[in-house]
Amino acid sequence: MRYVIIGNSAAGIGAVEGIRQVDGQGVITIITSEREHTYSRPLISYLLQGKTDEDKMRYRPAHFYDDNNCTLVYGTVIQILPNEKQVALEDGSKIPYDKLLVASGSSAFTPPIEGLDTVKSKHHFMTLNDARNLKNAIARDSRVLIVGAGLIGLKCAEGILNKVGSVTVVDLAPRILSAILDEESAAIVQKHLENQGIEFKLESKAEDFGNYDIVVIAAGVRPNTALLNGIADINRGIIVNEKSETSHPDIYAAGDCTESIDKASGQRKIMALLPNAYMQGEAAGINMAGGDKACDKLIPMNAVGLCGLHIITAGNYTGEVLCKDNNRFFISDNKLNGYILIDNIEKAGVYTRLVREKRALEDVTEIIREALRA
Amino acid sequence: MKRIYVNEKWCLGCRLCEYYCAFAETGKKNMALALKDVKINPRIRVESHEDINFAVNCRHCDEPLCVKSCITGALSVTDGVVKINSERCVECYTCILVCPFGAIVPSDSGVLKKCELCLDIIEGSPACVKGCPNNAIVYESTLVQKGQG
Repeated sequence: MRYVIIGNSAAGIGAVEGIRQVDGQGVITIITSEREHTYSRPLISYLLQGKTDEDKMRYRPAHFYDDNNCTLVYGTVIQILPNEKQVALEDGSKIPYDKLLVASGSSAFTPPIEGLDTVKSKHHFMTLNDARNLKNAIARDSRVLIVGAGLIGLKCAEGILNKVGSVTVVDLAPRILSAILDEESAAIVQKHLENQGIEFKLESKAEDFGNYDIVVIAAGVRPNTALLNGIADINRGIIVNEKSETSHPDIYAAGDCTESIDKASGQRKIMALLPNAYMQGEAAGINMAGGDKACDKLIPMNAVGLCGLHIITAGNYTGEVLCKDNNRFFISDNKLNGYILIDNIEKAGVYTRLVREKRALEDVTEIIREALRA
Repeated sequence: MKRIYVNEKWCLGCRLCEYYCAFAETGKKNMALALKDVKINPRIRVESHEDINFAVNCRHCDEPLCVKSCITGALSVTDGVVKINSERCVECYTCILVCPFGAIVPSDSGVLKKCELCLDIIEGSPACVKGCPNNAIVYESTLVQKGQG
């Protein structure tokens, strides 16, 4: 059996480990356009901060590819040929497959912003190379503008805060981290970050670029779906089922390029998170190798530290709100729909399980009330 | 493999296991001296509610969500034991987000801590098992409470 995996990050690595749980012999080829050993993408802000280094950023040990008897190919896939069962690379070569995984991730998106073309030092903050470039660009007196107050923008802000003159974060939205926090919790986190020295311009357009030396565009990402255009069903992301299968036989997809079912809400959505990517990739690998694995417990969830403040969230923020201090729980029909914990995060996973398993507890409201009284 | 199991029927809620756990990693001889005025971060914790007490620690799940979710590769499985490489941990707390048992805890040194069955620090049974005065904590291969992550 010949397995080809496009992408060398969490989903691709999960697939290798999934395949090898079932098939120790098949030929695995991983193709990456990044020309790096597999590394943990979320660690790029820790790299800028000096809390890790490129060696420790490896997502798996240096001997991972040898241990799993697979070949890493540096190259860019330009086309999938599903009838010939081959992938075509930029250099003209073709690699045949029996089972293919598209784990192509997502790319930073640059919205049309007036005046942005005048900026000399413009950056994204997605890849190791982006981090290296930004690290080289910043100086002690740099005035940095970050466009986007989401996770990527704020992790970037944290990473460079103590290495530059000033950090300003601008966003059209009225609150920070609007994808994972509600209004009340966003205000708490914003206050904390302002106290650390980050300046926010919310409900604002990015402008006055002349006031800044460096601009980081962190205005969102787009799933890399183009390789499957006309081959498999695509909405905003590549549509996959619980087994990580696309609508095309023998082609699987996993990770940030896909859309799948949010177990907590029942809705189909993009849940571009490293744990979900790994688990989808692992399920894909097991199924590609002839095993049977459902990846049916994906939910939106995040653990993020920002300047010493820990935030853990999961699920969806619908229903009755119960809160104490900085912790918020969202409940309806005796089910925990979601939660936001700030600072006091111990045992968060117990709540995550309630959200993920949509476990109806007659007394779930009482349990949370009791926990909040404690 | 052998795992630590807790029988809540016999757990008194005395929390000695928490102290034995914290003591084991100090490598010192005298518990009172080692833990005097120290805020402990044990990797086994007693949960109490009305008349029920039970100690909770890592189940070394067959499908460990913490390992699958770890963003750095710091968590891995060796011979069935879920281990953490503290050099690679960056304190992102993703493992705390996903552990269904609440068994991974922060520590004062920053990096996350979890039960590794005392394999690398003491001989024989884990410290909490040896220290439990009511034999509520056992170290055996039975599968009664196997983690299901």
